[in-house]
Amino acid sequence: MQSHIVLLTLFAFFVSLVFAVIAKDDWHEQLRFGGMMFGGFLLSAVVLGWLMYPFPL
Amino acid sequence: MRATAAEETQSGWLVLLCLAAWAVPGAGHLWLGRRSKGLIFLVALPLMFAIGLALKGRLFPFDMSEWLVGLAALADLGIGVPYFIAGALGYGGGEVRAVTYEYGNAFLIVAGLLNLLVVIDAYDVALGRK
Repeated sequence: MQSHIVLLTLFAFFVSLVFAVIAKDDWHEQLRFGGMMFGGFLLSAVVLGWLMYPFPL
Repeated sequence: MRATAAEETQSGWLVLLCLAAWAVPGAGHLWLGRRSKGLIFLVALPLMFAIGLALKGRLFPFDMSEWLVGLAALADLGIGVPYFIAGALGYGGGEVRAVTYEYGNAFLIVAGLLNLLVVIDAYDVALGRK
């Protein structure tokens, strides 16, 4: 398992899950909150990746 | 003002709760009757820690002369008993040449920090704040 996208998705899943379960009590709210956080993680990773794309190693 | 016996018992119980919550992820919530939350933490946090080990991450030593290493060590310790089990089984040496090394470190450190957050949440639930 050496794919960046897989590992960052996995990381985002665990962090979003724990934060959602801590922050909310109702499972609908947990799902919504966790889903938004998960989506935010993925979106920001893609956006930051593209922002860094023009810069050389 | 001296604490009453009831207050001292209460604070002793809280310390025990927090220790249990640290040692076994989710144990605090299970103890307080929050079964579904406790089970989720019990599964998710050790799993995240195990993935970090599988990704060849390192359990950092307590070297406070290099404060970032020391802080990482404290974060790793946050996961509780799984930290000691991993050490006893010889895991966590880290393989710096592995392409997944830094991801492994991230998983290990964040699993520990998230468990510390869970401990704080269990404390709040015990005090009736949540």
